[in-house]
Amino acid sequence: MSNKQQANLAPLNIDPWQQLKSFTRARIAIGRVGSSLPTKEVLDFSLSHAMARDAVHLALDVDALENDIKSQQFSTIRVKSMAPDRASYLLRPDWGRRLHEKSLSDLNNIKTTNPIDFLIVVGDGLSSLAVSRHVAPLLAELSNHLPKEWAASHVVIALQARVAIGDEIGQALNARMVAMLIGERPGLSSPDSLGIYLTYNPKLGLNDANRNCISNVRPEGLQYAAAAKKLVWLAKEAMRLKVSGVALKDESDMQEIGAQTKLS
Amino acid sequence: MTYHYSVGAQTYQFADLKTVLAKATPARSGDYLAGVAAETYAERMAARVCLAEIPLTTFLEDLIIPYETDEVTRLIVDTHDKQAFAEISHLTVGDFRDWLLSDIADSATLKRVAHGITPEMAAAVSKLMRNQDLILVAKKCHVTTAFRNTIGLPGHISVRLQPNHPTDDMRGIAASMLDGLLYGAGDAVIGINPATDSIPALMDLYCLVDEVINQYEIPTQSCILTHVTNQIQLIERGAPVDLVFQSIAGTEKTNKSFGIDIALLKEAQSAALSLNRGTVGCNVMYFETGQGSALSANANFGVDQQTCEARAYAVARHLSPLLTNTVVGFIGPEYLYDGKQIIRAGLEDHFCGKLLGVPLGCDVCYTNHAEADQDDMDTLMTLLATAGLTFIMGIPGADDIMLNYQTTSFHDVLYLRKVLGLKAAPEFEAWLKKMQIMDANGQVKPIEQAHHMLQNMPKHLLSA
Repeated sequence: MSNKQQANLAPLNIDPWQQLKSFTRARIAIGRVGSSLPTKEVLDFSLSHAMARDAVHLALDVDALENDIKSQQFSTIRVKSMAPDRASYLLRPDWGRRLHEKSLSDLNNIKTTNPIDFLIVVGDGLSSLAVSRHVAPLLAELSNHLPKEWAASHVVIALQARVAIGDEIGQALNARMVAMLIGERPGLSSPDSLGIYLTYNPKLGLNDANRNCISNVRPEGLQYAAAAKKLVWLAKEAMRLKVSGVALKDESDMQEIGAQTKLS
Repeated sequence: MTYHYSVGAQTYQFADLKTVLAKATPARSGDYLAGVAAETYAERMAARVCLAEIPLTTFLEDLIIPYETDEVTRLIVDTHDKQAFAEISHLTVGDFRDWLLSDIADSATLKRVAHGITPEMAAAVSKLMRNQDLILVAKKCHVTTAFRNTIGLPGHISVRLQPNHPTDDMRGIAASMLDGLLYGAGDAVIGINPATDSIPALMDLYCLVDEVINQYEIPTQSCILTHVTNQIQLIERGAPVDLVFQSIAGTEKTNKSFGIDIALLKEAQSAALSLNRGTVGCNVMYFETGQGSALSANANFGVDQQTCEARAYAVARHLSPLLTNTVVGFIGPEYLYDGKQIIRAGLEDHFCGKLLGVPLGCDVCYTNHAEADQDDMDTLMTLLATAGLTFIMGIPGADDIMLNYQTTSFHDVLYLRKVLGLKAAPEFEAWLKKMQIMDANGQVKPIEQAHHMLQNMPKHLLSA
């Protein structure tokens, strides 16, 4: 190779394990200049960051969500947290965990003496995109798996919501269990991740140790059907053992393996 | 006891010690959220002037969280080394800053007094220190630990290889792991944050990492970052567990919210030690912490978030961890609002940890709802590596696709090692050279297709 040709080549080292990229969306095999990131990667990353930043501040289209949920044969109830807007929501998570006074009295008005076995709450959280994309298809899967006797017919939609507001809503509506479906904080490669938090015997003042979490529900992450099965498995176990959180271990995969072994 | 300071006609009153500490703290959103922050710039400075006058002995008498109701306080008091403290017992907080910066406080002296320093003393003095003070003193504190390699030697910086995958896909995890190893990362630990807490799935992850470590004979350790009770169960079921992980915090009530207490951590430590898997040392614990966790669990008791964080290091110190990681920007803008606050917190945490004798690393990171970007991360990692940081994270392209936040990349570690002349753990560096990943001058080399590890991939990747 002539000196001139060498001078024209970019000093970029391409990693020879490009084929592994088919196994993960992680930024592997991105190469290096010296030991630093190539220009293309720096720009790619910054563009993704710009998009995620924008996504945090998108407001949830509640009307559209309500229509989607109603088309799954659920009725909807709208509530809001004590955070009046996005800016205060970001700085005051305590406001996002509590129901607005008006919403609490609305729920008290529709509360029935018969407990609800399984209450679904949807919260916008930190990604309204996750909620608008994934809640309806997840509900469709859930309808297939939920025991009929639980009669889970209501979905509460909570705005400017944090996870714990689900417990207050569950308590207000006399629910035995609450499943909180909420937009997780957006990642660079995943602005639309949905999280699910299950609480048995929900009430004010519980914490993460009392809840089971299923995270990253979306087509590129945990599929709707798998998430729905996992949630129902956990819910049945929670109902049976009368507990959720760290005391309830997720062995849904083992149950499946067991079932497969029996079949074979 | 109340404290007060007058500036002209204005007198600033502080009801108690924890109020002085909180009001003296550099501004951050979490302390405003807690309602404990200074209301004006002048009030903050008045609190610092008061703080500088407080004798260190006061922190042993005036406990900011009661002994009777908090096991972390009991741990701090009951394990306080009076003999080690004797050397500094005559100092006020202000004098303590001067002493720490002086040449009297060399590395041997700092090591000798470490167990005489309580978290509250460390937090207090940090509030009087500028960023450069935090860097200078931390650099003098040497904390060395070992399991299958030696972590924390001066002039070294290690990396946690964090090959997370959003659905724990074995091939995806193995691919990121191989990527990191070929970039020279993974000497601190190969540590996976699983998406699931399903016991059988966790067992598979343990086996995956263990197989890769055995296949290439890597002098490093693995960790699966699930709840400590899961890890104890998995040890009972025969999983190849190297390090036991747990998130910890500085108050008993916060730890309860994590589903743990100190006794449970001790039980986990004993279980891990019983496996006897270390080769050059037996530090078997890996902890993560972060400012804001106490308030987030409604368990801060009017104490500022930085002081709560320092108290978590007392819990860590008690269990002789291999690694302790302050995940500084993960918690979000309600606790650390922007790059400036994240940078300050990272330096404070590292200083306090090292001063107390804890092997502190830092997940230099931010979330997409914080006012921060890659430039802020470059600044913080460079400052921390200058201060002698024990380890940072290595994630493909700095983008964690499972936990949804931005941290540091394999490239970032190579940058730090190149600019500051820092090395990997010695046993690991020898392995990198043996595997032709690093050249004789300590530079990580571009990898050819014919490389041994690409020709002999982990079994999960063979179909690629």
